[in-house]
Amino acid sequence: MTAEQKALYNRVYVWEFPVRLYHWLNGITVTLLIISGFLIGNPIRLFYANEAYQQYWFGTVRFIHFVSAYIFFFNFLVRIYWGFVGNTFARWSNFIPLKKKQWREIGQVLKVDILLADPSERMSVGHNSLAGFVYFLTFLAFAFQSLTGFALYSANSTSFFPRLFTWVIPLFGGDMAVRQWHHVFMWFFIVFIIIHLYLVFYHDYIEGRGTTSSMVGGWKFEKDEDLKNSND
Amino acid sequence: MPEKMPTMREAIESKGYSRRDFLRYCSAAAAIVGLETLGIPKVVRAFETKPRPPVIWLHFQECTCCSESFIRSTHPIVADVIFDYLSLDYTETLMAPSGFQAEKSYKDTITKYAGQYILLIEGSVPAGNDGVYCMIGGRSAEAILQEAARDAAAVIAWGSCASNGCVQNAKPNPTNATPIHKLIDKPVINVPGCPPIADVMTGVITHLLVFGTTPDLDSQGRPKEFYSRRVHDTCYRRPYYDAGLFVESFDDENARKGYCLYKVGCRGPVTYNACAVTRWNGGVSYPIQSGHGCIGCSENGFWDNGPFYQHLASFPGFGIESTADTVGTVIGLGAAAGVTAHAVATNIRKRRLIKKLKDESVEINDDDNEGGNS
Repeated sequence: MTAEQKALYNRVYVWEFPVRLYHWLNGITVTLLIISGFLIGNPIRLFYANEAYQQYWFGTVRFIHFVSAYIFFFNFLVRIYWGFVGNTFARWSNFIPLKKKQWREIGQVLKVDILLADPSERMSVGHNSLAGFVYFLTFLAFAFQSLTGFALYSANSTSFFPRLFTWVIPLFGGDMAVRQWHHVFMWFFIVFIIIHLYLVFYHDYIEGRGTTSSMVGGWKFEKDEDLKNSND
Repeated sequence: MPEKMPTMREAIESKGYSRRDFLRYCSAAAAIVGLETLGIPKVVRAFETKPRPPVIWLHFQECTCCSESFIRSTHPIVADVIFDYLSLDYTETLMAPSGFQAEKSYKDTITKYAGQYILLIEGSVPAGNDGVYCMIGGRSAEAILQEAARDAAAVIAWGSCASNGCVQNAKPNPTNATPIHKLIDKPVINVPGCPPIADVMTGVITHLLVFGTTPDLDSQGRPKEFYSRRVHDTCYRRPYYDAGLFVESFDDENARKGYCLYKVGCRGPVTYNACAVTRWNGGVSYPIQSGHGCIGCSENGFWDNGPFYQHLASFPGFGIESTADTVGTVIGLGAAAGVTAHAVATNIRKRRLIKKLKDESVEINDDDNEGGNS
């Protein structure tokens, strides 16, 4: 073993508290939404010995779905706002690849992730450009799921907020089609979660910069030499 | 034809009905449009003074189930009187004249009563191949529709065919069957259903006659009085839904107990209609009460939302049995398998990188540690 120099890392405060709060609220509500939504689509057999007045479990499942949906939606709005006022890593420019540099990094990350090449260049300490772009796509999915979800919910509600979404129904032709699409997009979330969780662990492992714990404490690590070469 | 159109009352009395019959009719009409008792004099007054509007009832691509439904209205007096007393000048199914005479009475009505007649349309219009798929008296359905709609005081689209195309508009729609509201630039009152409920049909007509205005319509052109609520929300089996008590198959114990039909494909949660309130055939029953799920016949494109007995529509391009869940499960499992394979491959392919990272890490001497404060 050669006695080459050890890497020196600096601590970078990447994820501010609102970003971390957003992330975990999002994680919890999406999980609840998937579980309750899956049950609403395919109710399981439960307590079949009773009369209707003795139980309300399916109503409760729907209630959880609706409450989680409200939290999910307003949490999403806060995140959109934070994209304009947050720190450099929270800004919208991370999510929409408009710069040549971002496209180059997308290519680089694809090589590291899919072709399993070794990272030759340093990756952004915030979202890497590919991750940022995928999160942008998830934001579009969030918007779609919110529109279709509240449109479906509007038939259940007389309050003004869901009524703002009634215009969505005729665009799809009817509730059945809206429901179908709302259901299809649930699978996007499921597949996203599988890949997202894996890639967090993967990047933590190959980058060694605390990717996983960064969403808890907000800290990531940047090599001394990289910090000198780059300014973001 | 007389110079001046008779009022409704004159028309009714000329058919031999007494004043008592007339008042009974007015009361029924008031009840149908949801007026309270104090509203009856208003109806009487309207019918004594307003001229009796002539009606043209056109039939295009349809099965006549709307007409069949209509003549089975719950309140016989309403149906009778509407038929007797509306001047039903042209309707292929029920009129006495035929051939040239029939065409003449149609022409007479649209010219003499321009701007005053009510146009009722049953069936969609084939817009493909210059409309050859539906010709009446040598003219295409679309030509007749455009001519009749031009001077109509109000246009009602009866049933799912006229409102959203129904079965002939289902994929691949060979005749390019088109609902009425997409062809004319006038407001159309859509009364969907295959067929619509008879009492809903009489209700819509009565509203036009009593108030002389179109009823409140929703964003899809349907009268809100009858189409603003889901079958699901007005269903007497709804408590079973909230309790999570479902029929699993049509021959099980739960079906016998009358549990919710959601899991066997009931479309009640996505269908807007008055079935569960008004019910059918004089309030006798409606599909769910008879043990069969709603098939959503009043919804846009309901033939393409099949199969009727599963709750999710089949996923296009993957065969009739595969729903979004089948496809989603395959993709989800694929992702999980891919991720596992990736994790294994990473440790093999990236040996050198991992070794480098390990070399970079600082070695901590255990002895030093123990010698410290800890």
